[in-house]
Amino acid sequence: MSDDGSWPLLEADLLPLSIGAAFLGTGGGGNPYVGMLRSRELIRKGATVRVLPLEALPDDALIGEVGGIGAPVVGVEKIEEGAECFRAMRAVEEVLGIRMAALISAEIGGANSMEPVITAAQAGLPVIDGDGMGRAFPEVQMTTFFIYGAKPSPAAIADDKGNVVVFRHVQDMYWLERFARDTSVAMGAAAGLAIAPMRMDFVRRTAVPGTVTQALTIGRAVQDARAKRQNVVERVCAATGATLFLTGKITDIRRELKGGFSRGEAKIVGLGDWQGSEGRIAIQNENLVLWVDGEPVIMVPDLIINLDLETGEPITTEILRYGQRVAVIGLPVHDLMKTPEAMAVVGPQAFGYPELTFTPLAFGPVSA
Amino acid sequence: MIRIGIDVGGTNTDAVLMDGKTVLAGVKAPTSPDVMTGVVQALRDVLASAKTTADKVDVVMIGTTHFTNAVVQRRDLAPVAAVRLCLPATASLPPMVDWPEDLRDVLGNHWYLAHGGNEFDGRVISKLDEEELLGIADDIRAKGIKSVAITSVFSPVSSEFEKQAGEILGRALPDTHITLSADIGRIGLLERENAAIMNACLRDLSQHVVEAFRGALADVGFTGRFYLTQNDGTLMDAVFAERFPVLTFASGPTNSMRGAAFLSGVGDAIVVDIGGTTSDVGSLQKGFPRQATVAVEVGGVRTNFRMPDVFSIGLGGGSLVVDGPDGVKVGPRSVGYRIVTEALLFGGSTLTTSDIVVADGGAELGDRAKLAHLDHALIRRARDRIAFMLEDCVERARISADPLPVIVVGGGSILVEGPIAGLELILPNHFAVANAVGAAIAQVSGEVDRVYALAEMTRDAALDDAKRQATEAAVAAGARRETVEIVDVEDVPLAYLPGNATRVRVKAVGELHVG
Repeated sequence: MSDDGSWPLLEADLLPLSIGAAFLGTGGGGNPYVGMLRSRELIRKGATVRVLPLEALPDDALIGEVGGIGAPVVGVEKIEEGAECFRAMRAVEEVLGIRMAALISAEIGGANSMEPVITAAQAGLPVIDGDGMGRAFPEVQMTTFFIYGAKPSPAAIADDKGNVVVFRHVQDMYWLERFARDTSVAMGAAAGLAIAPMRMDFVRRTAVPGTVTQALTIGRAVQDARAKRQNVVERVCAATGATLFLTGKITDIRRELKGGFSRGEAKIVGLGDWQGSEGRIAIQNENLVLWVDGEPVIMVPDLIINLDLETGEPITTEILRYGQRVAVIGLPVHDLMKTPEAMAVVGPQAFGYPELTFTPLAFGPVSA
Repeated sequence: MIRIGIDVGGTNTDAVLMDGKTVLAGVKAPTSPDVMTGVVQALRDVLASAKTTADKVDVVMIGTTHFTNAVVQRRDLAPVAAVRLCLPATASLPPMVDWPEDLRDVLGNHWYLAHGGNEFDGRVISKLDEEELLGIADDIRAKGIKSVAITSVFSPVSSEFEKQAGEILGRALPDTHITLSADIGRIGLLERENAAIMNACLRDLSQHVVEAFRGALADVGFTGRFYLTQNDGTLMDAVFAERFPVLTFASGPTNSMRGAAFLSGVGDAIVVDIGGTTSDVGSLQKGFPRQATVAVEVGGVRTNFRMPDVFSIGLGGGSLVVDGPDGVKVGPRSVGYRIVTEALLFGGSTLTTSDIVVADGGAELGDRAKLAHLDHALIRRARDRIAFMLEDCVERARISADPLPVIVVGGGSILVEGPIAGLELILPNHFAVANAVGAAIAQVSGEVDRVYALAEMTRDAALDDAKRQATEAAVAAGARRETVEIVDVEDVPLAYLPGNATRVRVKAVGELHVG
C-alpha cells in the first residue's frame, strides 16, 4: 500500500474478486468468470490497475462509471470484443472535452465488478474502492449515484462492431435505462455503457464504500475455507457479518417473463436445523424477498444469497433448479440504500411488493 | 436379445452378459496396459461363464475411461487448430485461454479468430469470409496439423456458419478431422469450444481405440454392432464415438449408477459405488443420475457437459486404517490395486478397511488367521468410523427428506455393515459389476438447447418444436422411435431480452434399436 492508501490489483486477486462479486450478485448480475479472464489477460500482458480508497483523489477529480449492459446468458456466449466500455467512456469524454481521473463500478455484484477494472487497465486509470449498489440490481437507475442526484447524461453505449451511440441528453435516469436497454438489444444484448462523470466529492458522499475490498475479502475467505476444508458457508458469514437464514433443498422453481425480466419464485424445504420449515424466495433476476414459514425475513434491498451447501458457490437465479441444496444467507445492504430516497427506487414497493415494509437486517458478528 | 456390457476401468475391466433383462454372467479381469488384452480376456471369461459363444451375442456396449485418462494424463493427444467464427466479437479471450498451460502446450496452442458468428436472435455478427478461411487453411497445412475444431458464436442457435466453414476447411485440408462445436456442446462459448478442442485432440486416439475395440471383438468372434457409452448414460455407435470421443467423459460413474438402478429395480435412490480407493456417491432420479449444475472440469479444463452430479470420498476397500491420538483415521490413502499383496489378510503389512471387515466377520476374503492379533476395540472403532463416513456422504447426496433407499455397488461393498443413515439398504445381485451392467443397458438420447423468441410463437409451440427436434435427434442417434420419451424439459426466460426470448432445453431418450 502506498501513501495515498492505494494498492495494485494483482493477478492473484482476480479470482477471489470474482468469487466475492458473484456472492454480492445476490443471485443476479451475471457471471464474473469471463470478466475475470479478460482482466487477467490484460494484467498478464503488463497492464496495471491501482485501487484507490474514496479519500485519495481531490474533490474536482472526474470519476467515470462503466459497465456491461445486456443479458447475462449472452455474456457467456458472445464474449466481448474487449474495448466496448473503453470506447463508450472515450465517447463521453469527447462530448464533454474532459478526461476521467478514475473509474468506479456501478454494480459490484456479478459481471460488472470486472468491467471498470478492464477499462481502467486499457486506459491506464485507477479504480475506486466502492460502487453504486454494494450488490447487483437489474436496472441502470438503481445506483446510489442516481438516487442521490447524479446526472444521467451524456452517456454512451458501444458494441463489439465499433458502433457507438451517445445519449446527449436524457430527462432522467429512467429514460437512460429505457434507451440504453433498447439499444443494447439492437447491439446483440451485450454492450458497454459509460455514464456521465461525477465529481469525486459527490462520489465520496454517495458511493457504497470499500466494496472492491469487501468482494476480495469474501473471495479469499471462500478460497481459504475450501483449502482448509472448512465449512464455507460459516466462514463467509463470519467474514461479512451475514446471517444464515435457512438451509434446505429447492423443491420447486417457477419462472416467467414480466416486463422484460425474469421473475419467479423458488420454494425450499428446510433441512438440518430447519427441518420442518419451508422457505420461499421471490426473484427478479436477483433474489428479492425470502419468506420462512410465511414470514418475510429478508427483503430487497438487503442481500439474499443462495450458496451451494457443500461448495459455498453462489448459485445465480438462472441456474437455480429443482433438487439443489442451498444455504440462504442474508447480508445487510449499506445504509445509503436504506434512506427514503433509496427506498423509492430499490425498496420492496419499487419491486412490486406494496404489502411489505422494509425491515432491515442486523449485522451478525464479524471475525477474520 | 443377448448383449455384453464392458466397463474398462483404471484397475479392472468388467464384463457382463445379459439375456434381455437377466444377467447371465459377470466377470472381472485386470485392466491391461494396452487395454485391449484385458478386454479380450474379460470377453472370453464372460462368454465361458455364460456357456455361450460370441455369435449368439447381438450387441456389445463398452464404457471406457480411456479418453478421460488421455486428457488427464496428457498422453496420445494430437495437435489441434482451434478456429473461432466470431469477429469482431470475443477477441478479448482467445481459445484455450483458461486451460492449464501444460495441456495447451501439448496441443500446440494453435488458434485463429475469423469472421462469422451469430447474435442471440440469429442475426449475423459478420459474414463468413472464404478467403480468410483459406488463408487459415494454408497456415494449418504448413504446420502439419491434422485436426481442426470450429466454434461459431451462438452456434447452438444457428449452426450454419460452422457447417459452411467445416466444408471450406474440409475441402482445403483433405485427410483432416473437423469437429464442429454445435455437435457437442450447449450455450457457453468457452466451455463449448473447450469441448470441441478436446474432442479434436482425441480424434487420432479415438480412431485407434475404436479400431482396437473392433479388433478385440473380432478376436473373440463377435461380428455384430458395438457401442460406446456417453456421460449421460446413453449410447453412441462406434462410428459416432470415433467422431465424438469427448462424449465418453465421466461415463464410468454414470454406468455404475445406471447399473445400480437396473439391478435393484429402484429408480429413485442414492447410489454408493465403493471401489478400492474411493467411493462415488450420487443420486438417481427416475433411473438416471442427477446432473451437475456448475461447470465441470476435465483435466483442468472447464466444460459444460451433461455430467452426473457425483462426488468422491477417500473410502474404499484398500483404504488405510491408522489409529492415532485423535482416534482412528480411515483413508484417503489407499493401497489401491496392491491390496492383493499389501493388505494384512493377503500376507502384507498394511492395515486396510478390508482387513477390519474380514476380522469382524463381515466378509470371507484372504486369510482371516492373519488378522487374529487385531484389537477388538480398534476393529469396532474403525467400523464405526467407516459407517460414519458412509452416513455423512449419503446425507450429502440426499436430495429430499423422503426416505430414499441406498443402493451399494462396487467391489468395496463389503465395507457396508447395515443400513446407512437409517435408510433402506439395497445390495443387488452382481453388485460388483454394476458399471458393466450400466453399459449393457444404456439407452440412446437426443438433446436440444436453443433460444426461442416467444413473441413469434407460443411457449407450447416452442416446447413442442424442441421436443420434436430432440426426438428426431434421439432417433438419428439410433433410438427406436416408438420407445422415445422426453425425460427433461427446461425453459429459462432470458432476462433483459425483449420478444420473450426463452432458452429451451429438451432431452429425449429411447431404447436402442437392435436388428
